[in-house]
Amino acid sequence: MSDIADKVKKIVVEHLGVEESKVTPEASFIDDLGADSLDTVELVMAFEEAFSVEIPEDAAEKIATVKDAIDYIEKQKAA
Amino acid sequence: MSGNAINGRRVVVTGIGVVSPLAVGAELTWKRLIEGQSGIGRITHFDPSELPAQVAGQVPEGPTEEGGLTLSDWVPVKDQKKMDRFIHLGLAAAIQAVEDSGWKPENEDDRCATGVMIGSGIGGLQTIYEGSLTVSSGKARRLSPFFIPSALINLISGHLSIRYGFKGPNHAVVTACATGVHAIGDASRLIQYGDADVMIAGGAEAAICSLGIAGFCSARALSTGSNDDPTKASRPWDKDRDGFIMGEGAGVVVLEEYEHAKARGAKIYGEIGGYGLSGDAHHITAPAEGHEGAFRAMKAALKNSGLQASDIDYVNAHGTSTMADDLELDAVERFFGDHAKNLVMSSTKSAIGHLLGAAGAVEAIFCLQAIRDGIVPPTLNLENPARESVIDRVPLKAQKRKVDVALSNSFGFGGTNASIILKRCKD
Repeated sequence: MSDIADKVKKIVVEHLGVEESKVTPEASFIDDLGADSLDTVELVMAFEEAFSVEIPEDAAEKIATVKDAIDYIEKQKAA
Repeated sequence: MSGNAINGRRVVVTGIGVVSPLAVGAELTWKRLIEGQSGIGRITHFDPSELPAQVAGQVPEGPTEEGGLTLSDWVPVKDQKKMDRFIHLGLAAAIQAVEDSGWKPENEDDRCATGVMIGSGIGGLQTIYEGSLTVSSGKARRLSPFFIPSALINLISGHLSIRYGFKGPNHAVVTACATGVHAIGDASRLIQYGDADVMIAGGAEAAICSLGIAGFCSARALSTGSNDDPTKASRPWDKDRDGFIMGEGAGVVVLEEYEHAKARGAKIYGEIGGYGLSGDAHHITAPAEGHEGAFRAMKAALKNSGLQASDIDYVNAHGTSTMADDLELDAVERFFGDHAKNLVMSSTKSAIGHLLGAAGAVEAIFCLQAIRDGIVPPTLNLENPARESVIDRVPLKAQKRKVDVALSNSFGFGGTNASIILKRCKD
């Protein structure tokens, strides 16, 4: 797993208070990890802070799973 | 004895919960209170050395079974950061009260007949302070989405309703230091008018932060002369008193319509005997001359109770350890007239400080415990009364005393006054 994936997973565990084993790439923040709409806003902010990236609102709305987040951040970092 | 019933509906207390500087827990707080312990110490929530007032009544940390605050026993870790401390403390008291009452609505009608009215004087002050720092450092877009719901006063009521599925009236009082009494009194009336059968009511406060202490310091309201001797700082009616001591915590009761409580065999602590409110229309922080607003609040409560002044055995005074103590004493003496000499009155703020929006609720619970146990709590540090009175103010040590009816006063900035009468429940 990449450093980015590791860090994303850690942030998700910390913010949503879920077991690490549940944070699989396919896991949906809302459907599988118990987040509500405010939790997802906070998660995106935490990603922005941790990776020094800007995630505009329209992009943030499309980040529904752990993999979505990892892919988006990896793409930003590669650019 | 159904004095203030409306449509035949009487209101009793079937659950109590307290978070105080003496302990987390209503019974341990009471035990330590009547033992004469003090919950006042040097402020550790932040470094107070820049401020003239450096002592306060902070809720002790520690294992729940020893009366300390272990937050994760009350609020799941992942939810803690979504709430200011006043919500944490309010929930801890409310959960105690609900569990103590044994009330568990099991169908939709029962859920809709159960409401919540838990307020606060100030709300999420520390959260607002930290949020303003985020914005002022140019990071407005980084402000937490939980900033607003963390600071809002009615969110104790909101969170509690979500936790237990209480779908009745969901409300919150904000009347500074009168919040706790107003919440219990107003919630009782919702039950009397049939809006609910059960109400979870009270107040919570957590304003021992730099902004809160600095604000009350600027208003010249806090004691500054006992920074080296914290347990001596809060001394209602004493000639050496020099301001109030801030406390934090929460008091919550479960109020229940009498027949509803009886039908399920609930334990009953006492009955809401009467409730009265008044406004000073005088000054934002100072009481009116002779504390006439306090007089009118007591008068309104007594009228509502259908009792006589001579029926009252114990008064839990507002008594904040400020110059206003003697004005309240004047008003109480005038109000009770010849009966004053038979009264006992104490200020429990001497032991726990002034819990602002939680004060009235915690003190109402102390009244219920005094009725139950036949013990009145002491006024600590009342060594040299600034003025004499025929009223026994229970200096230094608790007293054994039969109490059937108690009255508790709370007065708030803005000139808001409330009195509540609690009495032994009889058929």
